[in-house]
Amino acid sequence: MKIMTTLGFSALLLFAISCGQSNSNDNGGALGGNLADRSYVAPGEHDEFYGFISGGFSGQLAVYGLPSGRLFKVIPVYSVDAEKAYGFNEETKPMLNTSFGEIPWDDSHHPDLSQTNGEIDGRWCFINANNTPRIARISLSTFETEEIIELPNSAGNHSSSFVTENTEYIVAGTRFSVPIPQRDMPIDEYKGNFKGAISFIKVDQESGRFDLSFQLKMPGFDYDLAHPGRGPSHGWMFFSTYNTEESNTLMEVNASQNDKDYIAAINWKKAEELIANGDFETVPSEYAHNVWDESTQMATSTIKKEVKMIDASKYPGLVYFLPTPKSPHGCDVDPTGEYIIGSGKLSASMTAHSFTKMIDAIENEKFDGDAYGIPILNYDDVVAGVVKQAGLGPLHTEFDGRGNGYTTFFISSEVVKWKVGTWEVLDRAPTYYSVGHLMIPGGNSQKPYGKYLVALNKITKDRYLPTGPELAQSAQLYDISGDKMELLLDFPTVGEPHYAAGAPADLIKPNQMKLYQLEENNHPYAVKSEKDTKVTRNGNEVHIYMTTIRSHFAPDNIEGIQVGDEVFWHVTNLEQDYDVPHGISMIGAQTSELLIMPGQTETFKWFPKRVGVWPFYCTDFCSALHQEMQGYIRVSPKGSSVPLKWSLDGE
Amino acid sequence: MKNENVLIVAVLLLAMTACGGGGQSQADKSKEQAANKTPDPTTLEEAEKNWQSDYGIGPVSSFELPAEVDADLVAKGMEIFDAKCTACHKVDKQFIGPEPKGILTRRTPAWIMNMILNPDEMVQKNHIAKQLLIKFNGSPMANQNLTEEEARAVLEYFRTL
Repeated sequence: MKIMTTLGFSALLLFAISCGQSNSNDNGGALGGNLADRSYVAPGEHDEFYGFISGGFSGQLAVYGLPSGRLFKVIPVYSVDAEKAYGFNEETKPMLNTSFGEIPWDDSHHPDLSQTNGEIDGRWCFINANNTPRIARISLSTFETEEIIELPNSAGNHSSSFVTENTEYIVAGTRFSVPIPQRDMPIDEYKGNFKGAISFIKVDQESGRFDLSFQLKMPGFDYDLAHPGRGPSHGWMFFSTYNTEESNTLMEVNASQNDKDYIAAINWKKAEELIANGDFETVPSEYAHNVWDESTQMATSTIKKEVKMIDASKYPGLVYFLPTPKSPHGCDVDPTGEYIIGSGKLSASMTAHSFTKMIDAIENEKFDGDAYGIPILNYDDVVAGVVKQAGLGPLHTEFDGRGNGYTTFFISSEVVKWKVGTWEVLDRAPTYYSVGHLMIPGGNSQKPYGKYLVALNKITKDRYLPTGPELAQSAQLYDISGDKMELLLDFPTVGEPHYAAGAPADLIKPNQMKLYQLEENNHPYAVKSEKDTKVTRNGNEVHIYMTTIRSHFAPDNIEGIQVGDEVFWHVTNLEQDYDVPHGISMIGAQTSELLIMPGQTETFKWFPKRVGVWPFYCTDFCSALHQEMQGYIRVSPKGSSVPLKWSLDGE
Repeated sequence: MKNENVLIVAVLLLAMTACGGGGQSQADKSKEQAANKTPDPTTLEEAEKNWQSDYGIGPVSSFELPAEVDADLVAKGMEIFDAKCTACHKVDKQFIGPEPKGILTRRTPAWIMNMILNPDEMVQKNHIAKQLLIKFNGSPMANQNLTEEEARAVLEYFRTL
């Protein structure tokens, strides 16, 4: 009988595990300990969510699957990427142009997703460049960077890029205040003379194209982070500030003097009215606007010369300051749009302001003085509650859509879960280590998908196999579907992750572009048939019009090139099938390889320096005959009489 | 002891059927298939023996070509062939792949269209296509994502070669 019982029990166990069922809601049950199961995505299966994680000093945006933590793609945005020829081929070079010339790098911090009616809609991802202020738009159909706009008068584009409820604007604030317009002046005359620019970039709802609609000229504080109002607070933007002391040196001391700094509440609908009324000045400002055209498969860069600017000090009803302790970093708005959370990074508590109370105080003009003409509200009139002493060094908050907030604490290395409205702490979970941002998919919207939380850590220490002095950067995945947060997974990230954005896979998967239609390829140097391939010379400028298909180049023998020529290789991939890119690489080319998607044309430049016969080959394994996908180009001395000639199989 | 054996069997059965939804096992199925099948052809000549009843695998089933050649369709087919196919096929001689000239004396119309429209599955499963892949050194027939109408036009063009 005892044996039989044992057998019966094993039968049940076998039954329970034989199908790989995971008991994701049974957090405390007998199988709750099987954490690996809950982040495991079996071979061939897809993840439930996309995660878009900023690359920090890598300047890029990385795409992960959640819950697996698998890396799918690093999308080049602000940094050159030889793997994809981004910034190296002639087509994408203009994407990295700025008013300072080409900048091959940046520091990307805060991705955000497009929204419709306050919910993420899977059209675009936006991300800021922190160093040379820019905002980029990435298509979630091609997963390519389609547009980059530079922001004049901004410096340290940190409180960016945040999307309003219907993607009306991407809003971007300056971390550093600077002279506006820039001029040669003593640094110690900062106070009162330096100003902070906040940019509103209008988004065309069809094409996604940017227009720098207007800027607000704000007092010379540091504008740290931001989030849009939503629902009832739609039409407002909220920015945390520090250095309201307006110090210009030894900031860690001098910018930490005031017990309270401000959250700036900006009524952008009011700003729109002012613009419509002509209540702005036109300020000469140089900035680059770089646009990728899918039809010509080329980027163009246009330098623009002026911007509309509204002086926030001059127009009542435009901006209000909400006192917030102390040097608040994160500025987060809950899904209902009622609460604005300021995480005072030098305070032990977090402050929740009430939008309703703020409007009431404004209507009753309960002001406590002003800063440069901008009314300051009374702390007690606007505060709804305080999450007290929850940890050390609160930074950022996200929400699960079930009435809970989750705040990261950098100094005490933890995520704290608390209840919106009662402000009581419900749970806490350690992070490894020193967490910065956190992300819940749909976090900046009215509808978060509160199943997982990703903690984005600043320090990794002993979590992975060591790799010399520089260690892997790290994210951690928590299951937040139950009462208690549960750490499921560590996964390394590309560059230092700051903010991230996430979306259900079903929102993005159906819109995927699989290939470029050859018929719609209007690249000026495209050839759509092998019989049109050719090589042309104009002085020392040579253009090779080449095609690829599994598995040959046409032409694959070229003669008549001379030392000192400037050779453009325009290569069109004639394939019209999913997942058949071709590559090309040329010995001695000081640009990069190309990686050409089906139906696409790309161009690299090559300066032949040595006489001889030099090979080129396909870099992307394309078929069983990939190794045979190769060719030769003959380089003759300058002034040689060898005629220009090209062929494939002698024809 | 006997009861215990019954239990063990029941346990195993339960485990086997719990995931697969019951029915025949994979091993049983392939055994059955092997018994009913003649061995696969190992040369192109062997594979081509029954070409007149080989319609390929794909969206197109057996059909008869009309007696008259449709000149408009031919013109359209030629244009598509030039744009999408000539990187690998020359009209009257072997290149990366075989020449289309005379193809209707070697392949059925349905086979030709299925080869254009569904090359990946054809080279894996169709006897003739499998042998062609071997003959052409593993160079795959590229799927150029033609529509059925476009493939039909290309076929009409082939009739005139």
